[in-house]
Amino acid sequence: MTANDSSPHHLQLTRDGQLRHFLTLDGLDRALLTDILDTADSFIEVGERTIKKVPLLRGRTVVNLFFESSTRTRSTFELAAKRLSADVLNLDISTSATSKGESLSDTLLNLEAMASDMFVVRHSQSGAPHFIAESVTPGVAIINAGDGRHAHPTQAMLDMLTIRQHKGQFEGLKVAIVGDVLHSRVARSQIRALNELGAEEVRVIAPGTLLPKDVESLGCTVEYDMTRGMKDLDVVIMLRLQKERMEGALLPSEREFYRLYGLNQQKLALAHPECIVMHPGPINRGVEIESAVADGPQSVILNQVTNGIAIRMAVMSMAMGGQVSERQQKLSERGQA
Amino acid sequence: MSSVNTSGISLKITGGRLFDGQGAEQENTALLIRDGRIAAVGEAAARETADETISAENSVITPGFVDLCCNLREPGNGQKGNIASETLAAAHGGFTTVCASPETSPVNDSSAVTHLIRDGAASRSPIRVLPIGAITRGLEGDLLSDMAGLASAGCVAVGNGSRGVRNARILRRCMAYAQTFGLTVMFSPENQALAADGYAHDGLVTSRLGLLGIPEVAETAAVMEMLLLAEETGVRLHLSQLSCGRSVEMLADARSRGIAVTADVAMHQLVFTEDALAGFDSRFHVRPPLRGESDRKALIAGVREGIIDAIVSQHQPHDTAAKQAPMAATEPGLSSIESVLSLGLELVEMNELALPDLIRALTTGPASVLGRTARLAEGETADICLFDPDAFWTPNSKTLVSAGRHAPVTDRELPGVIRLTLSEGRKAWSQAVI
Repeated sequence: MTANDSSPHHLQLTRDGQLRHFLTLDGLDRALLTDILDTADSFIEVGERTIKKVPLLRGRTVVNLFFESSTRTRSTFELAAKRLSADVLNLDISTSATSKGESLSDTLLNLEAMASDMFVVRHSQSGAPHFIAESVTPGVAIINAGDGRHAHPTQAMLDMLTIRQHKGQFEGLKVAIVGDVLHSRVARSQIRALNELGAEEVRVIAPGTLLPKDVESLGCTVEYDMTRGMKDLDVVIMLRLQKERMEGALLPSEREFYRLYGLNQQKLALAHPECIVMHPGPINRGVEIESAVADGPQSVILNQVTNGIAIRMAVMSMAMGGQVSERQQKLSERGQA
Repeated sequence: MSSVNTSGISLKITGGRLFDGQGAEQENTALLIRDGRIAAVGEAAARETADETISAENSVITPGFVDLCCNLREPGNGQKGNIASETLAAAHGGFTTVCASPETSPVNDSSAVTHLIRDGAASRSPIRVLPIGAITRGLEGDLLSDMAGLASAGCVAVGNGSRGVRNARILRRCMAYAQTFGLTVMFSPENQALAADGYAHDGLVTSRLGLLGIPEVAETAAVMEMLLLAEETGVRLHLSQLSCGRSVEMLADARSRGIAVTADVAMHQLVFTEDALAGFDSRFHVRPPLRGESDRKALIAGVREGIIDAIVSQHQPHDTAAKQAPMAATEPGLSSIESVLSLGLELVEMNELALPDLIRALTTGPASVLGRTARLAEGETADICLFDPDAFWTPNSKTLVSAGRHAPVTDRELPGVIRLTLSEGRKAWSQAVI
């Protein structure tokens, strides 16, 4: 029996199906995901101009609320907001209030007093952006920049944009995600996106200790042997391996992991000759990927970073648009009443 | 709303459907209560006159409910609840006896704390409070508590609340020492190393939401270990708050081999599954976690077949802040004692559980775990619950008595309104008084 229906996808859509928060890809359909990709495509051109700005968020305040440190994600969110002409405030909470024992609710109350229009949230606990979206004042949009092991929807969407640029479409594609799926919010969001967009097969390749329980239920097949798993691949996505995984007895050693699950040129040769290599970064050379592959002709890792700005611009402008149209709708309903 | 002193006054309940706690069910009978006891039942009661007569038309009359697991939060956690607020909530839920968890602050590991709880209950509780003592000092899981002292101060059993013990060697000694004094050991089975940092069932929902899972084997391995140790030490073991179907199988097997073991399950485990967490709803962060649908079904079957003796509230009132955060940062537990009967009646409505089985698991089942009786017969203590199974109420901040506001259901009507709770003949809760 389900106790409630405040599931994330109800929370993040307006009544007429527009985005108002961006928390997870769960519950977002193919049309909406495609809309995000198309919008991002239109923003790529903005990045190629001399004056890289559009006025969509002019006068709006975007707060980057990072409870967990991150250089790349935060700076691409910052650039994206600035290219949309928003005022941006970066708050590195991991070193401020919460370490003094302030609760998340109290931190939020204080931040709301600054009259922001959007919070970009990264947090180490799964569901934190969802919690914030539920408790924030109506009209404020929440964008998930990665929560615990749950979701990293902008990363997954920029990966989808990269795949679409190189492969044209998702139908018929065979995609593998290799490495630490258990701890990966990126992998969860990617599996969801690839399924919704119509990829033919999503494979996860990892040892049993790095896979979540019943992982197949997320919409993928499992392969323990990477040599077998590379066969016919159109896209291979490598995940970052955190060094602390040896301590929890999840893996014996980096060396054994690299031998079995690291991507080198020999293994890549087993895939389709036009297979592209992706990695959400930052990469561990010699742990999950060989330098010759990371820097090689099939690698699209740097395209991913560029696409990150366009995707974040798309999601921020769409969520703000959803919030604005929802407010207008409420005002007109009140006017009629 | 608080208890009304009516001892010395005689009271007659007429009509209704009476479950006497011994398997017999009677329609349109009468009960006479005098001096805190049941003075007469049936024809003999009908003939007598009383100071007050209550019509139980459309109602069910049962022995007062007995809860083996309730957190009153006193001493030490006044922001979450206290003896007065939580025992009144219990009376509102139809309970006349609650076992108070040792997880207080300080924990109930000494006769001084036991006396504090009993004194508080004597002056501020409308119902009976039976303290459970801590089996290890400070519930730390390392050193034995003064179990004999706790027993003579009035503890009815010893347990470790929801916290485990360090290892099997300590657990074995705890059991052997408790057995010396004939004390029942109550344990919520969880292998701490396997549960690790988890806070939700390791299953489909956890995998999708990226929550940290507690695997089933964290419970089943502990159940097996405890059953083997109980068999070896000969202690009377009570397994609290089972959550896995596999645990029910092991329990049935141990029973068939003559091991002295009883068990309970929290009502919310019979009603909800891991799906309740789908919207990151921290309210349903409970421990043990809500598991899969097959577990829920197996637990219900366990109650129906009497393998599980009792349904408990596992009432855990919290202040709002303890529940207002991302799930990993919240405290486990529901403010559940006022909704136990109503949730049970929904199971009856859905034909998952029969009404007599539900009543048994709330009355005679838990009472016998404590070596007590729960009967509506002449000479018995007048602990009685009277409820209307067909009336509805909506739990919310206006209707709930507990200091904890995170009840399992707050947004819709539930069947089953407690009209009267009598504790030793006194009105602990009366709908008319509200």
